[in-house]
Amino acid sequence: MIQLEQVTKTYPKASRPSLDNVSVSIEKGEFVFFIGPSGSGKSTIIKMLLHEVAPNKGRVVVNGKDVTSMRSWKRPHFRRSIGCVFQDFRLLPNRTAYENVAFALEVIGKTKAVARRVVPEVLELVGLGGKEHRYPHELSGGEQQRVAVARAFVNRPLILLADEPTGNLDPDTSIEIMRLLDRINRTGTTVVMVTHDSNIVNQMRRRVVEIESGRIVRDQARGVYG
Amino acid sequence: MRVKYVLSEVLVGLWRNVTMSIAMIITMAVSLTMLGASGLMYRQVDDMKDLYYKNIQVSIFMEQEVSEQQRTDLQTKLDGDPLVKEVIYVDKAQAYERFKSMYQDAPDLVNAVKPDQLPESFRLTLNNPEQYKNVYDQYKDTEGVEEIVDQSRLLDKIFNILTAIQNIALAAAIVMAVAALLLVANTIQVAAYSKRREVAVMKLVGASNWFIQAPFVLEAVVAGLIGSLLGLVALVAAKYLLFDGSLSALQGLLSPITWGDILFIFPLMAGVGGLVSAGTAWITLRFYLRV
Repeated sequence: MIQLEQVTKTYPKASRPSLDNVSVSIEKGEFVFFIGPSGSGKSTIIKMLLHEVAPNKGRVVVNGKDVTSMRSWKRPHFRRSIGCVFQDFRLLPNRTAYENVAFALEVIGKTKAVARRVVPEVLELVGLGGKEHRYPHELSGGEQQRVAVARAFVNRPLILLADEPTGNLDPDTSIEIMRLLDRINRTGTTVVMVTHDSNIVNQMRRRVVEIESGRIVRDQARGVYG
Repeated sequence: MRVKYVLSEVLVGLWRNVTMSIAMIITMAVSLTMLGASGLMYRQVDDMKDLYYKNIQVSIFMEQEVSEQQRTDLQTKLDGDPLVKEVIYVDKAQAYERFKSMYQDAPDLVNAVKPDQLPESFRLTLNNPEQYKNVYDQYKDTEGVEEIVDQSRLLDKIFNILTAIQNIALAAAIVMAVAALLLVANTIQVAAYSKRREVAVMKLVGASNWFIQAPFVLEAVVAGLIGSLLGLVALVAAKYLLFDGSLSALQGLLSPITWGDILFIFPLMAGVGGLVSAGTAWITLRFYLRV
């Protein structure tokens, strides 16, 4: 599903590479944590999987497509097979929960009728049934992140990327979000999550890839934060 | 639904920053009016050149005491000259007739002049009026020639003035166009900034590039088209007030500007206004949206 083959990325003006000869292979349906301190290069991996930054060396293959050589005009269509969740939710403040999710469908050409059918379903799935018409400021942090997860998942992507999705949430709420991601993973969606929340990693007992200074220092099938 | 979305985004975009939109439209309108006026003048000057130069003549006036021999020599030379299209000989009597009809409103003047005081002359029509200089050089020292007068020299002065006005209008159009383009670029930047969250989400979920850019580009195009419409109104007003109004005395002199001319120039204004705004918006988005 996802292959990084000897990937090196050095940002311009950086003294050392953000990723240094990194190779990882992730199978379909896996749940993988990328952990490591700030600046270790975890987020660069997410950006590469989104075709936002290109590696200097090596190859990135997502969904059977070589992202390294992908032309930028193919990027929009490529991204439709990937859902993405961030620490800061990235919701539109002037739109309700329903509208936020529907927006993501409509801008990729789905009709309003499709949105009317699919959006309530996915909001129900993330546990926001009954709160469809609240605005983000009327929702708690955890609820906002659920909206973001709903938006990422509404298109039934093959891959869900999560960049510190619990970074702004308290421990209890974080656990709830993790349960949600776990449920999504059980539908067959590959989940890649970047985090430095040790509690969560320890509780989930999933594959852990630890990165330090751009190198993989550990890749463990049922790992803990360590 | 997507078309509706894009159109409503365009209107919301123009309204969100309405003072800037108005400034953009006004500068665009002034620039396009200048462009249209310059285009009209171009046609006007062309028409007038055709009209005037076709009828233009070079006159070779003979000395009072020109001999029969000198006259026939010159006539033969002129008849064989490839530069000359047509030669008409005007003798003293004919010159006097012309003089009389030209100054029929001033009988005193006519009475004061005797028929044999007026010089006889050759009136030449040239194949190419602009080659007057060659003709002049060739015949100025011919015996019996008193003076060579070219009407086109006079016309040249008039056309130089008209061309200068036309160039000024064009220069003004370009200067205003630069101002208009900067305003378009600025408006698009502001629009892109105020919609940065939507754009970020659209990019994230994989909305196509044209779908992200279309509202911004169309916003500029709509402003450009409104500007060109205002320019059309300005030209119509100019024709109504200037050509048909205060300048109507010059109507015999200037070839008329018809409504057809103005309608003909409008697609040019609308095209330039629309395309240039679209191009500017698109280039601005390259820098500020990074889609």
